[in-house]
Amino acid sequence: MSTSARTIEELARREYKYGFVTELEQDAAPRGLGEETVRLISAKKEEPEWLLEWRLRAYRAWLAMKEPTWSNVKYGPIDYQNIIYYSAPKKKPALQGLDEVDPEVRRTFEKLGIPLHEQKLLSGVAVDAVFDSVSVATTFKETLGKLGIIFCSFSEAVRTHPELVRKYLGTVVPYSDNFFATLNSAVFSDGSFAYIPKGVRCPMELSTYFRINAKETGQFERTLIVAEEGAYVSYLEGCTAPMRDEHQLHAAVVELVALDDATIKYSTVQNWYPGDKDGKGGIYNFVTKRGKCLGVNSKITWTQVETGSAITWKYPGCILQGDNSVGEFYSVATTNNHQQADTGTKMIHLGRNTKSTIVSKGISAGHGQNTYRGLVKIAKRASGARNYSQCDSLLIGDRCGAHTFPYLEIKNTTARVEHEASTSRIGEDQIFYCRQRGLSSEDAVNLIVSGFCRDVFRQLPMEFAVEAQKLLGVTLEGSVG
Amino acid sequence: MAKKMLVISNLHARAGNREILRGVDLSIGAGEVHAIMGPNGSGKSTLARVLAGHPEYEVTKGQVLYDGGDLLAMDPESRAREGVFMAFQYPVEIPGVNNAYFLKAALNALRKHRGEEELDAMEFMTLVRRRMEMLDIDRALLNRPVNEGFSGGEKKRNEIFQMAVLEPRLAILDETDSGLDIDALKVVAAGVTAMRTPERAILVVTHYQRLLDYIVPDYVHVLTDGRIVRSGGKELALELEEKGYGWLEAAGAAAGKA
Repeated sequence: MSTSARTIEELARREYKYGFVTELEQDAAPRGLGEETVRLISAKKEEPEWLLEWRLRAYRAWLAMKEPTWSNVKYGPIDYQNIIYYSAPKKKPALQGLDEVDPEVRRTFEKLGIPLHEQKLLSGVAVDAVFDSVSVATTFKETLGKLGIIFCSFSEAVRTHPELVRKYLGTVVPYSDNFFATLNSAVFSDGSFAYIPKGVRCPMELSTYFRINAKETGQFERTLIVAEEGAYVSYLEGCTAPMRDEHQLHAAVVELVALDDATIKYSTVQNWYPGDKDGKGGIYNFVTKRGKCLGVNSKITWTQVETGSAITWKYPGCILQGDNSVGEFYSVATTNNHQQADTGTKMIHLGRNTKSTIVSKGISAGHGQNTYRGLVKIAKRASGARNYSQCDSLLIGDRCGAHTFPYLEIKNTTARVEHEASTSRIGEDQIFYCRQRGLSSEDAVNLIVSGFCRDVFRQLPMEFAVEAQKLLGVTLEGSVG
Repeated sequence: MAKKMLVISNLHARAGNREILRGVDLSIGAGEVHAIMGPNGSGKSTLARVLAGHPEYEVTKGQVLYDGGDLLAMDPESRAREGVFMAFQYPVEIPGVNNAYFLKAALNALRKHRGEEELDAMEFMTLVRRRMEMLDIDRALLNRPVNEGFSGGEKKRNEIFQMAVLEPRLAILDETDSGLDIDALKVVAAGVTAMRTPERAILVVTHYQRLLDYIVPDYVHVLTDGRIVRSGGKELALELEEKGYGWLEAAGAAAGKA
């Protein structure tokens, strides 16, 4: 092995920086899943009858479903009866303001760089912080409220705006959608809700920060974002978890609805605990994210930077129902050590002159396996539909893998679909060139990787892009051979 | 005699199982321009790359002193930070990385090593603009990804431009003339000539004497079969142009047996 390969090996064993545990008293449901678990969760949240019914329908549907096996990832069987489906930090009964957040929880978020004091926050970002199964704080609520924007935890939305939740819940990802989404529909605990009224441009980034803390607990959050006619919103999502030897399940659902002329930008920087260098522990990230461009000229953009999780199984998609609607997917997925990612997108063109763009960048290092799986479907009535897809893979070292599975289903002859794919390797020559100019190996790898990801990073809001670039840097530090 | 900047003694190096350098001796002083000439496969580029620390080569014998220190013990980036620059024969493409950004990162790595303040974007651009004028480089080149989609001539010119910005103490030009038309060659050579100072040493590796019409060397060395078989003044280059390398290769082979 060459010297640079060795440096990379050493640096790849870098430790996960967010792996600490917060000691808290937990209010948790008993281990396991049954109808009573679903009822318990619903009761804890004081939910209306219709929502409990919806959950129960999902639970019954789930019982008849089989875990999917078509993805290109390998993992041992998950014992769904050995998971705790609800866990919340014990707190005082009524939480009136940010000041009442449990100091331990607050400290956890501060350690993660997410202060929950509004005055300390980056101006222009409102945060909803989700700790295990519950939302612990949402900032800038009042400022947003003046514009008619609703941004709160999902549970709160169920209490305060049940009509909106009921109208849209399950309209993009039905409770019977797939094994993990259906499980989520039965047991989802919390998540964020955002509603942007007609004609309003949301003046700040909305952000949710998810933290799994409790042991042997699954996180099943559900997010719903609705942008009314002509509205605009940019939404960010970040996540971390402690280092645990056992795998933890994260099965979230995100639904986006964009009405006429509305735009939703949804950005994710996913940094769940990836497991150790031998592949022990780490989060199973089995997530269903979908947006519906319901109105004409609406637009939904998914941008994701996936650096964490032991396994990522995720296909944020767009249903382009409104005429002239636009769907975009920009993705960087990294796998190092024994991480596996099977990720991509679905662009379903139903309306006329709908347009979609897919830019996927997969980076594999160590023993990482990275799969792009994408579906572009052009329905019969979608005349004039266009799609452009670009899937690039970057390999670091010689024990990792990159795989690409693009599916195209075209039912309309006027469609224009382009697909480009490339696979490259960080060459010793590239590294040497940078080193000859005075840069260290690590800086060289960072530079090369950030160049590779540029088309995706520039879709992210500024602070997030910087964060994502740094994160990618540490994830891959020195992983070149 | 003043201490030489670079002293190469009995340098042996191989790539895989193939021995390429078989005992190179060469000394270069500050302010001097040396040319290494030789037929294809003689080890010219290997010598340049070994000096820069390319990981493909293994040094099996000999030593290289740079300012009295052991150059071979330093990793490539430390050599660069200590002022060793190599203009690549085949400059490498780094897609998506802005040329200016790359060069600024490199310059600041050097400055940091010397304990100097890092330059901000404004200061950097001021410095760069002057160098660009000197080398007749198109502004647009700065904002393009490093070497990506550059023509052969643009790549070589970009190497010399980097050299002009990084201001090395020892500049090694590895076949910088290959692939250049005569106009580009003149511009590149003028740039290099402008960088001749009493503090800087320049080692020009070339197959053709043509480049040496424009970068006039103080010394010319002929490398065949991994050894320097002949050294002389600039007139040696002309002699080679006339006679070719054949007569020296024979001499080299004889020396090898001795």
